[in-house]
Amino acid sequence: MNAGSTVNEVLKVENLEVVYNDVVLVLKGLSLACPKGEITALLGANGAGKSTTLKAISGLLECEDGEVTDGSVIYQGEPIQHLIPEKIVRKGIFQVMEGRRIFEDLTVEENLRCGAFTRPRSEIAGGLEKVYDYFPRLRERRKQLAGYMSGGEQQMCAIGRAIMARPQLLLLDEPSLGLAPLLVEEIFDIVKRINSVEGVTVLLVEQNARAALSVAGRGYIMENGRVVMEGKAADLLGNPDVQEFYLGMGHGGDRRSYRDVKHYRRRKRWLG
Amino acid sequence: MEYYLQLFINGLVVGGIYSLVALGFVVIYKATKVVNFAQGELVMAGAYICFALTVQFNIPFLWAFLLTLAFSVLLGLAIERMVLRPLIGEEHISVIMVTVGMSSVLKSLVQLFWGTQIRVYPQVLPTEPVVIAGLPVAPVYLAAFALSAVLFAIFSVFFKYSRTGIAMRATAFDQQAAQSMGIGIKNIFAMSWCIACVVSAVGGVILGNINGINSQLGHLGLKVFPAVILGGLDSLLGAALGGLIIGVLENVCDGAARQLFGLGGFREVAAFIILVVILMIKPYGLFGTKEIERV
Repeated sequence: MNAGSTVNEVLKVENLEVVYNDVVLVLKGLSLACPKGEITALLGANGAGKSTTLKAISGLLECEDGEVTDGSVIYQGEPIQHLIPEKIVRKGIFQVMEGRRIFEDLTVEENLRCGAFTRPRSEIAGGLEKVYDYFPRLRERRKQLAGYMSGGEQQMCAIGRAIMARPQLLLLDEPSLGLAPLLVEEIFDIVKRINSVEGVTVLLVEQNARAALSVAGRGYIMENGRVVMEGKAADLLGNPDVQEFYLGMGHGGDRRSYRDVKHYRRRKRWLG
Repeated sequence: MEYYLQLFINGLVVGGIYSLVALGFVVIYKATKVVNFAQGELVMAGAYICFALTVQFNIPFLWAFLLTLAFSVLLGLAIERMVLRPLIGEEHISVIMVTVGMSSVLKSLVQLFWGTQIRVYPQVLPTEPVVIAGLPVAPVYLAAFALSAVLFAIFSVFFKYSRTGIAMRATAFDQQAAQSMGIGIKNIFAMSWCIACVVSAVGGVILGNINGINSQLGHLGLKVFPAVILGGLDSLLGAALGGLIIGVLENVCDGAARQLFGLGGFREVAAFIILVVILMIKPYGLFGTKEIERV
């Protein structure tokens, strides 16, 4: 695997092993790296361990009875795999969890204020303005209970909380989940803007491989708790296996019957 | 008529105390989803500490009161650290059962140190009644009511506007998401127990000044259930109004039963009859959060 230069890697995950409930081995020696200022995509089927990877980085495994049993998470040259989530957020890593996880009985603005929990009070007003500039719709609804908003608005609110936290590394877990295609595009545009304007490094977990690879610089593909493929996003998009198994393009067409055995082997490798 | 007005005013004062204790109850429930069955015993603990400081150690009442508050903060921290922190991540029901056990322990400790007889606080406020709207009202009643109101105002502002207050509400809704914001949920839990202990102690001290205290004071905790359920388990405003309404209703019902049917002791059950009725017609209470359903 490509070791790369460690100088400008914000995050480096090495041979990470995660066990749930002392029994279930979910990550089996996963390694990846996030180059500074780039968007890195982490793709894979359901149950591959993508969300677990993010939670292992942000420390949120703790309350799910998961534990890092081996390997390390190195953030800006410092191991963080045994820190509590609070400390990790203060170091500049912020995770937007899968399913948005909005505080439904708080207003939009209160939700955003929660995002700035670890920041000095003087930054809050400016942070709110910035979020409202990114998402004008949130400004209109800032006094409204977040639980009554649409899924797209809730996702905006979730990303807004992340902007309030001013992270250096943003972990995004399936921002496209349950959103209409146009909204997915809008959300990914914003992610790209946050990345380029704020200079935030992003690690993006996605099922929607095409959308993710279109904004990412590099990508990793996970199966069964390991990385099975990595490379530049453009290379991955052009890779026939990725096209076939993640992007749903029937590669080979009529000739498939002729290559059935080979196809089966490849598929087996991908889908485990 | 004057008889009922007098009952109404007594009810408001008792209700104010219920509201305070209910406030503690709601704060714990909001932050940790734990129903604290030891709430009444926290009232008792506060009342006895203040009693011991004023009567047994001869400290001036105001100082004793402040020391009691400080002690309550410590008690809250101790309970959180020793009893509840080891249970983080366990089922809510386990934690609730632990609060039941804690109520027995607290009650036994009080009996151990102070016995079971009624103890009376020294008279702090003047006994000369103040006349309001033609009715004589004891100054201690007025002070009790005012103190409850002030505490409520403070906590309402705290939960609505302060960073910690908002973080407590966020933690109440989703602990893991709150952690992902960098909110230290253990601190939040500790804080909610401290608040609960402090408001309960204030309630206890007020009660001590009005009635004297004995080791059965913890039963007050049971009376607070109808109040919080009427108000809605997770609403501060609900706790305030629920406490007042239950206080007034039980006093007026008791008086009416006494006058009309010659029945005594209706006060003890009135609140629970009200509780059953509330559960039948408004299970979320007056201000409780219903699950948000998006359409």
